[in-house]
Amino acid sequence: MKDTIKKLVEAWGPSGFEHHVRALIQEEIAGLADEMRTDPVGNLICRMGSGGVKIMIAAHMDEIGLMLTYQDDRGFFRFSNLGGLRPDTLLGNRVRFENGAIGVIGREGRFWPDGVPALDTFYVDLHDGNDGSAGVQVGDAAGFHRPLEERGNRLIAKSFDDRIGCAIAIETMRRLHNGRSTPHEVYFVFTVQEEVGLRGARPAAFGLAPDLGIAIDITSSGDTPRAMERMDVALGKGTAIKVQDAGLIVPPAVKKLMIARAEEAGIPYQLELLQAGSTDAAGISISGAGAPSGCISIPTRYVHTVSETIDMRDVTASVDLLVEILAKPVAL
Amino acid sequence: MLIKELSEAMGVSGAEDEVRAIILKAIKGHVEDIRIDPLGNILAVKRGRHPQENPLRVLVAAHMDEVGFMVTGIEGDGTLRVGAVGGFDDRILPGLRVVVGKSKTPAVIDWKPIHLNQDDHMVKLDHLRLDIGVNSREEANGKAKLGDVATFDTVYTEKGRVARGKAFDDRIGCAILIELVRGEPFPFDLHVAFTVQEEVGLRGAQVAAQAIQPDVAFILETTTANDVPPPRRDPEAPQVTPATELGKGPALTLIDRSVIVDRRLLNHLRDTAIAEGIPFQYRRTSAGGTDAGAVYVANAGVPSAVVSTPCRYIHGPAALCNLDDVDNVLKLMRAALERFTPAVLAR
Repeated sequence: MKDTIKKLVEAWGPSGFEHHVRALIQEEIAGLADEMRTDPVGNLICRMGSGGVKIMIAAHMDEIGLMLTYQDDRGFFRFSNLGGLRPDTLLGNRVRFENGAIGVIGREGRFWPDGVPALDTFYVDLHDGNDGSAGVQVGDAAGFHRPLEERGNRLIAKSFDDRIGCAIAIETMRRLHNGRSTPHEVYFVFTVQEEVGLRGARPAAFGLAPDLGIAIDITSSGDTPRAMERMDVALGKGTAIKVQDAGLIVPPAVKKLMIARAEEAGIPYQLELLQAGSTDAAGISISGAGAPSGCISIPTRYVHTVSETIDMRDVTASVDLLVEILAKPVAL
Repeated sequence: MLIKELSEAMGVSGAEDEVRAIILKAIKGHVEDIRIDPLGNILAVKRGRHPQENPLRVLVAAHMDEVGFMVTGIEGDGTLRVGAVGGFDDRILPGLRVVVGKSKTPAVIDWKPIHLNQDDHMVKLDHLRLDIGVNSREEANGKAKLGDVATFDTVYTEKGRVARGKAFDDRIGCAILIELVRGEPFPFDLHVAFTVQEEVGLRGAQVAAQAIQPDVAFILETTTANDVPPPRRDPEAPQVTPATELGKGPALTLIDRSVIVDRRLLNHLRDTAIAEGIPFQYRRTSAGGTDAGAVYVANAGVPSAVVSTPCRYIHGPAALCNLDDVDNVLKLMRAALERFTPAVLAR
């Protein structure tokens, strides 16, 4: 699974520009799905099984990034955020464009500003020293540039949000294909544009009209010094079953189903309440005529920075839980 | 074009009746299946030359509504308390002329004359009243009532290629869309929507898209052109980066708060402009949202793009735009639709 994780987290795919990630996933899951298509907004929709309950699994392909909107007369590019960039982490970071060009994020004015600077004081430096800009132009999008790192059980990457969700969905498809199987009509949907407002999951859910929606996404953790959010979620303590976030109250039946499957199979889990932020599950729950929805979350430190940190044991537990849910009967 | 008539009409969000009437008259005979949906959108179809060969459902939309005010109370002294309908900067309001209700009762937004005014606090709409020139609540009867909307009282003018008026956002888009449907037919059926309540949350476009179920959508808009120099020119200050500039052609949106424009449609618009020799510019800010945001996520998803006329001082009593830009938006849309085929949507 680590090979898949490495490929996914190092792939290029800021919101709105998920096509390389989509192609990579299509390769990884070749032969696993009974049916596969790309919808009008770019979601990759893969069906496994039939009968039973119609279940939509959502993992988003996009990652936060930026789009160049203007080049000034000295050649510096201004940009718009794609998703929730954290200005206090931007200075000096490297971004990569589709053509491979590497830009460096700079900031106007003094090196040590007072307070957190506004996003519009940053720029991307793509000077090549010869009056060129490495073939990059206004309108081009970039993602952050960092390789995957391993430290014991811990993994560090720029884009676990939400490539780890994609990896978990892919691994689940593999297990349901080899060994386990599902009695349900399961749609694994690799969605676009989650980071800018769940814009892929909502239309996908409208089209599929599932009976149950489950998002696989990262969540914050409360196990770091003076953690921003008071949160009883820690790395290494298991998969996190969402109870509530800013956009979704998980229906009790969905929460109970997940807890029951985890306890039967001895899968380590923790309950998650996230005060800020949401996931594709919130979009699925109110699309079309609505669908009860929940989320399997992966505890993550330093969310929306280039060093998102997770624990591999939580990843394994998340796959185990999703397989248990999909392989057994579902009563809601 | 009908810019003058549309600009001077009253059409605050939720009360678009005057604008709807002008548009219905203008498009009659040029479209089929005209209907006014439950929220007040105008939906219609312009028949294509070969719809059976080209069954794409293409939607072009522009919103009829404008920002304004709604009367929420009448004070004992006959002045009117109002709430905002849509977004504007309260600081521009004192002393402006507005008209209230269907009877167009003239009013002034109150402000002490400079002789008396010692107050340099921030202006808030909550503290302002519309003064209709009476002295009591009883006298206000018949001139204004709760729920009446009010809009800026601005006469449209043109000097050369510069036009000045209110509600250019989005009556310019409406005027261009009217010209599109009054022109030659396109290869496919063209679905059009003149939408309500964009300024308060893209509410008309959402249901219009659900009803029409398009494969692809183009939104005609007006966008901000803050291309004027800052008041204090500091050589060390960051360089001014206007959102768009007047006279430099249609503004193509890359991204805004509501949508990341589908790159296949954006490239189609760009390639069309280059091939036809039509000037264009990219919109350089990601602030603001448009009907494209609602259409994009409607139904099972609709690839969407936005083409805007740059305009200074939108969401105020008097906007300025360049009529060459308006003509070029129309030219670009005509050409882009004429060249549009399913191949544009290939991945």
